[in-house]
Amino acid sequence: MSEGEEVPTRPVPDTRNAGARYWAAAANGVLLVPKCEECARTFWHPRPRCPHCGSDRVDWIASAGKGAIHTFTVVRQTSDPFFSTRLPYAVAMIDLDEGVRVMTNVVQTPLDALHIGMRVEVQFERASAGIGIPCFRASNVS
Amino acid sequence: MLPREQRLVNPASLSGQAAIVGAGTAAIGWETNQSVAEIMADAAHLALADAGLNMRDVDGLFAVTPYFWMPSVTLADQLGIQPRVTDSTNIGGASVVAHVGHAVRAIALGQCEVALIAYASTQRSDTGKLVTGADLLPYERPYGPLFPISGYAMVAQRHMHEFGTTRGQLAKVAVAASQWAALNPEALKPEPVSVDDVLASPLVSDPLRKLDICLVTNGGGAIVVTTRDRARKLSKPPIIVLGTGESHDHCYVSSMPSFTSSAAVVTGAAAFDMAGLGPADMDMAQIYDAFTIMVLLGLEDLGFCRKGEGGRMIDAGIGPGAGFPVNTSGGGLRYCHPGMFGIFLLVEAVRQLRNECGRRQVANARRALVHGFGGVLAGNATVILGRDERSR
Repeated sequence: MSEGEEVPTRPVPDTRNAGARYWAAAANGVLLVPKCEECARTFWHPRPRCPHCGSDRVDWIASAGKGAIHTFTVVRQTSDPFFSTRLPYAVAMIDLDEGVRVMTNVVQTPLDALHIGMRVEVQFERASAGIGIPCFRASNVS
Repeated sequence: MLPREQRLVNPASLSGQAAIVGAGTAAIGWETNQSVAEIMADAAHLALADAGLNMRDVDGLFAVTPYFWMPSVTLADQLGIQPRVTDSTNIGGASVVAHVGHAVRAIALGQCEVALIAYASTQRSDTGKLVTGADLLPYERPYGPLFPISGYAMVAQRHMHEFGTTRGQLAKVAVAASQWAALNPEALKPEPVSVDDVLASPLVSDPLRKLDICLVTNGGGAIVVTTRDRARKLSKPPIIVLGTGESHDHCYVSSMPSFTSSAAVVTGAAAFDMAGLGPADMDMAQIYDAFTIMVLLGLEDLGFCRKGEGGRMIDAGIGPGAGFPVNTSGGGLRYCHPGMFGIFLLVEAVRQLRNECGRRQVANARRALVHGFGGVLAGNATVILGRDERSR
């Protein structure tokens, strides 16, 4: 890429919401999952009130960062400047062992090896100062 | 929900109270010099002319489009009318199907007598300019899913995994749509396609390919709903609204309770319950087909086959001459798809039940189910329509 040409960056999430701590933790290599202290259930996506019971006593737990692919797709075309540089790339829903299902990119894994049920583990990408993006890759152990 | 005997109005008592008496489409095509409001108004006037009614008769107005922030208000301004019932409910592509239920309730309560339901979009002419409707969470946007394609792709992937649904079965949905479109003079893609054509078209978001995905076109449509008694005094045969249902169980892909079923389970059951009918009583279905997987999944959730057997129902045939006709216009896959296809599902059902469909006419069609999806299986609405059983 020639000098002065801007390198496209991964779309940065809006952090002005209940997830501010989530992105900050990810920048430090920690994957957080919201958990209700009232009904003791985890949930996704982050909200200041529990979608199961309505309580505002919501805290975070650290996820072990391991889970399995629930479903996935390989994106072959996009108009997004950053993702155009990544084509083709995998978007997947991961069932985390803590009981929530999250969207992610499966990276550093051959696309033709992807399958539902595949064990994966978290790995973080840096999006910008103070914001980490949790991605996943195939686990080494079965 | 209250027990049936404690409800102010039993939903079943609304069945058959109102009828669709007019239907019209406008500016279906690849290019237009008209604005969205102008196309919507054209469709409205055509639907009223079809009904033999005048714009001055309209006292209930229902409209939706991604283009305006208060669509029924914009449309009333364009038409020069002052409605007494106004509704811009937006649950995505299912919106106007939900509006039918709202109109029936308003008409049954006497809040309005003639309801106009309209939609329009110039999405094709505006390609690259605006209005994708993409609604992603902060927890989704950083991962680059195509909206809504990648969501439906992951639905298809999971359905194939759980139930053994095949790529070929998805392709057959597009093939059937193309066969219907070949018989529809309004269809923008009347060329038949084969399973091989679908499977040879480029992958967009695995496992979905280009020919699994709807067209991007311009267009608008409208229908007119009134009381059954007034409907019987008009020139065209009334198409009776027998049942309605609406629901949603998530907005975002990350909140989907299931990747293999939808709130169509709830809306279909509600509509059938109100109508006192079941899937076996239907002569056809018009199921929103922005992507091939939606038809297969919709047939299951609405009870036309058991969960997991949608693929086998597609194998049995949904095209012209097949056992159960689905999307007889050619659908969003091959007829037209200006952003939201809901109004065209309703217009086609009305034309079929009136026996107006020429070469694609389903013989002896008496009852039709219409189901709209919005977002990624998010907004859901079902309507059951039937011919007037009283001989005129």
